[in-house]
Amino acid sequence: MSATLPILILLTSLVPAFITFFLPQERHSVRNLLNLGGAVLKLGLIVFMILEVVQGTIYETRISFAPGLYLLLRVDALSLLFVSLSALLWLLTTIYAIAYLGNKPEMSRFFGFFSLCVAATTGIALSGTLISFFIFFELLTLSTWPLVVHKQNAKSIAAGRSYLAYALPASAVLLIAIIWLESSVGPVEFATPANLERLDDNSLRMIFALFIAGLGVKAALVPLHGWLPAAMAAPAPVSALLHAVAVVKAGAFGVMRIVLDVFGLERMETLGVGLPLAVLAAFTILWGSARALQQQEIKKRLAFSTVSQVSYIVLGVALASPFAVIGGLVHLVHQGLMKITLFFCAGIFDERAGITRVDALDGIGRQMPWTSVCFSIGAIGMVGLPPTAGFITKIYLGIGAMQADAPWVLAVLAVSTLLNAAYFLPLVYRIWFGDAPTPVPAGGGPTERPLGLIAPPVITAFASIAVALLAASSFSPLAWATLIATRDYLR
Amino acid sequence: MASSSIFGLCGALLIGMGLYGFITHPHLLRRLLAFNVIGSGIFLLFGATAARLPSAATDPVPQALIITGIVVALAATALGVGLVLAYARVTGRTTLPEDGAPTDPGKPPR
Amino acid sequence: MSVSLAIVALVTAPLVAALIAVILPRWGPWLSLLVVAGNAAALVVLIPAIVSQGALTLPIGGWQAPLGITLRADGMALAFLTMAALVMAAVLVSARPEFGGGGEVTETRRQWAFWPLALLLWSALNVVFLSRDLFNLYVALELLTVSAVALVAIDGKADGLGAALRYLMFALLGSLAYLLGAALLYAQHGTLDIALLADQAIGGRAAVDMMAVGLMTAGLAAKTALFPFHAWLQPAHSGAPAPASAMLSALVPKASFAILIRIWFEALPGLATPPLLVTLGAMGAIAIVYGSVLALRQTRLKLMIAYSTVAQIGYLFLIFPLAGGDSYMQPWAAGAWTGVMFHALSHGLAKASMFLCAGLWIVAAGSDRIEAMRGLASATPMIASAFALAAVTLVGLPPSGGFTAKYLMLTSAFVSGQYVWAAVLLIGGLLSAAYLYRPLAVAFARDGDAVFKPVPRLAQAMPLMLALAAILLGLASQGPFALMQIGRPSSAEAGLQ
Repeated sequence: MSATLPILILLTSLVPAFITFFLPQERHSVRNLLNLGGAVLKLGLIVFMILEVVQGTIYETRISFAPGLYLLLRVDALSLLFVSLSALLWLLTTIYAIAYLGNKPEMSRFFGFFSLCVAATTGIALSGTLISFFIFFELLTLSTWPLVVHKQNAKSIAAGRSYLAYALPASAVLLIAIIWLESSVGPVEFATPANLERLDDNSLRMIFALFIAGLGVKAALVPLHGWLPAAMAAPAPVSALLHAVAVVKAGAFGVMRIVLDVFGLERMETLGVGLPLAVLAAFTILWGSARALQQQEIKKRLAFSTVSQVSYIVLGVALASPFAVIGGLVHLVHQGLMKITLFFCAGIFDERAGITRVDALDGIGRQMPWTSVCFSIGAIGMVGLPPTAGFITKIYLGIGAMQADAPWVLAVLAVSTLLNAAYFLPLVYRIWFGDAPTPVPAGGGPTERPLGLIAPPVITAFASIAVALLAASSFSPLAWATLIATRDYLR
Repeated sequence: MASSSIFGLCGALLIGMGLYGFITHPHLLRRLLAFNVIGSGIFLLFGATAARLPSAATDPVPQALIITGIVVALAATALGVGLVLAYARVTGRTTLPEDGAPTDPGKPPR
Repeated sequence: MSVSLAIVALVTAPLVAALIAVILPRWGPWLSLLVVAGNAAALVVLIPAIVSQGALTLPIGGWQAPLGITLRADGMALAFLTMAALVMAAVLVSARPEFGGGGEVTETRRQWAFWPLALLLWSALNVVFLSRDLFNLYVALELLTVSAVALVAIDGKADGLGAALRYLMFALLGSLAYLLGAALLYAQHGTLDIALLADQAIGGRAAVDMMAVGLMTAGLAAKTALFPFHAWLQPAHSGAPAPASAMLSALVPKASFAILIRIWFEALPGLATPPLLVTLGAMGAIAIVYGSVLALRQTRLKLMIAYSTVAQIGYLFLIFPLAGGDSYMQPWAAGAWTGVMFHALSHGLAKASMFLCAGLWIVAAGSDRIEAMRGLASATPMIASAFALAAVTLVGLPPSGGFTAKYLMLTSAFVSGQYVWAAVLLIGGLLSAAYLYRPLAVAFARDGDAVFKPVPRLAQAMPLMLALAAILLGLASQGPFALMQIGRPSSAEAGLQ
């Protein structure tokens, strides 16, 4: 069982993907059943696996391709954090996507690649070696492209082009980094520390920089973030997937793997590469926020907000102090919950009320109360006000900055919070207190139905408050992140 | 001078002449002829190698190979002539249009 | 016994079928299917036998070398044979609508000629992969060239005839160079059997050998369309009908490349000096960059794919600096050698798939301009998937045979400190992504008013099958990797660490 379970978890999204490709457009119920069934099954298997891992079972699967080239799926605490987040959010996104897209054309292609995308993300989470990570990382790139260009209009084709123009060179850079490192120290498995002594410090610094450059595109580090705002041309469920479940997260997760498992926190310090990474992350935080402030389109504003928020994760591991690492780890979950809420809501505003711009939000709160409440919770969380998940992250990062002797980070956090407030709170204000430009048509206002459309954001909004309120309990993401950090990475 | 050397030298001479013809004449039929001249030179050279061991009897293998080679060259020439004729019939031309330098595929055989 | 029969069948079945198809024209399409089945059966017998017993040698008619001709089925031969069998199966099935497998009464010359030519080409290919005699290889190579040239000219139009003639001129000079080299080798060693040559030539670097091998290499490079000798490739490959282009691009260059490998790694491995190896590698590297840049500038689909072949052939020649000469004693040589073989195999599958896709798209859109493909992805999803998967392999993205190849080659380039080749590999990959992206993006764009001719499903399935095979080569690369180690030239023995 312990060898097959990781494979089974992959198959729960791979099998639906391949069957879905061959389903005719009109087989809605089969397609929905397949995708939802896969998502539920995956979540169930992951819960089972968590229970087993807590008892000390080790899951490991090897598939050999060629000498030196093998796929290793290995479950550790960090991979569980990511895989359970993505599995949960995938289930919700699938429900949302079914309701959102309804009866539009090319549904089989969409859901096929959607499932493939999640299979790739699962693979990334479970990868036990650099090369396995790379293979799934590339699979993610490839399976996301058809989703980005799904509308097949000029704008989305351009977005797809920009996405690949960033992602493919980055993958080449990542491959160089991996092969350079492995040609000197042998295959790198995350579970066993690589023998980095065989390389001199300057080579290691170069390799580290190549890794960050290769992963930075997906993690949307400035100046490698340009594809992300362009990718807003995709349908809302895809945006949710890009920003919260899969792509951006995969980049941030990759940075974590490199820092925590390949180099290790100590080695990063002795090489002196932690500080530059922290500075880069801090710059990205401020730059993303500043650019978000200038955007008048809701989805673009959210996209730049992602650029900024994901760098909290990178900042946390770059600072390398206990609280900062925990803060970074837990923000992986928190950002996912909050950002997916926002994108779900933005999608509903767009689809049901035709609202795409900030100034069109005036007074929508009374017409679409559920969506508006969820959006407000997400926005407040992003700013980092209590009692939301964002607050916990910022507290931990702040304490971590003091532990790491980097008081300048506090200033960055403060400025970024102000900027966050400046670009999110006006939205909340407009929603609830703005004047609706035209009187509401009698009985014909925008609808928030079907249930599949509104339930996912309600759940994620609720969750983003719950993880903060219950942060002290032993099942919260914070507790899990603390366990990961203290047990595996901090000495 | 041993007779095998004379054969060898003649072969080399034919190869040289054929190559010159192949490169300088764009007319396709002439090129095919040049190809055959080079081929004959190579066969002659090949034949000369049969007597490379003065003491032993003449090696029969090169003769077998040469006969096979002649058949192959004949087949290629026949195809070439057929193509040239068809090309001349369709386009009215006997040379290939110039673009780049299609005539010189690198190292000249010496 | 059945194993010997299988080896003989691989060579003779297509040959006999070709001759019958000349006499009985209507039988061509059916005979081809029969040969496809027979070939598959022979491979099914051979592969397990090789895996369990190692490489098998078959002196034809019991005549031993140097007088007789030896056929040898080793791992490399079988890998290429299998690839060729897959490509030929797909090509022969997809050619049926175009070349009269459907029972139409009108019989034209091209419909009559296609089947014998394709079968002859296949027979010649199988001989090239199996034969161990340099003169026999010459004859097979000539048969291959003659049938390939005739396939280019099959339409009888001015462009095709011109392309065929240009191809023929290059090929003829190439053959002569090869033949002269073989004659010189014979004069020096009294044999043309690869194994006997290897025994005789150990350690020596005689000037005659150098000249002979140099001539043969130049001739074979001209036939493989390596960089300075590539001028014939693009008109020939783009001018031929799509099924013929698929064979020409995917299979024909591999044959002359296989002979190069036999010469440099098996017959006379001692001749390779570092400057020579670097020169060959550099020509490959220039081909990669030059072919890719030209492919990027094309506006016609088949021309772009043809230039892509020029570039992809360049990768094959990186085998010389990475695995040739003295480096065969190094631990990375095996990886590099196998990596290049993986590249040859996956390129064969993917490029054949791509040409078949292009042929169908051109029929559907009525033009071969890339712009005319607008909206085709929705009309022909299977072709679009096939093209995309083939592109994934050619770019070398995981999980595909192309990635396994690139990984193995990159690793050996890094381990051996030859970073230049690593850079070439990566730049080539990015450039190929750039030029292959264009037709895909155009096909994906939606265009309401375009009307396309319908494409039969079976014809759509063939390129998809080939592209999937190329992907599968990466997913299940353990088997092919192990297979190719069987009877691998001892000059590249040690394992990759």
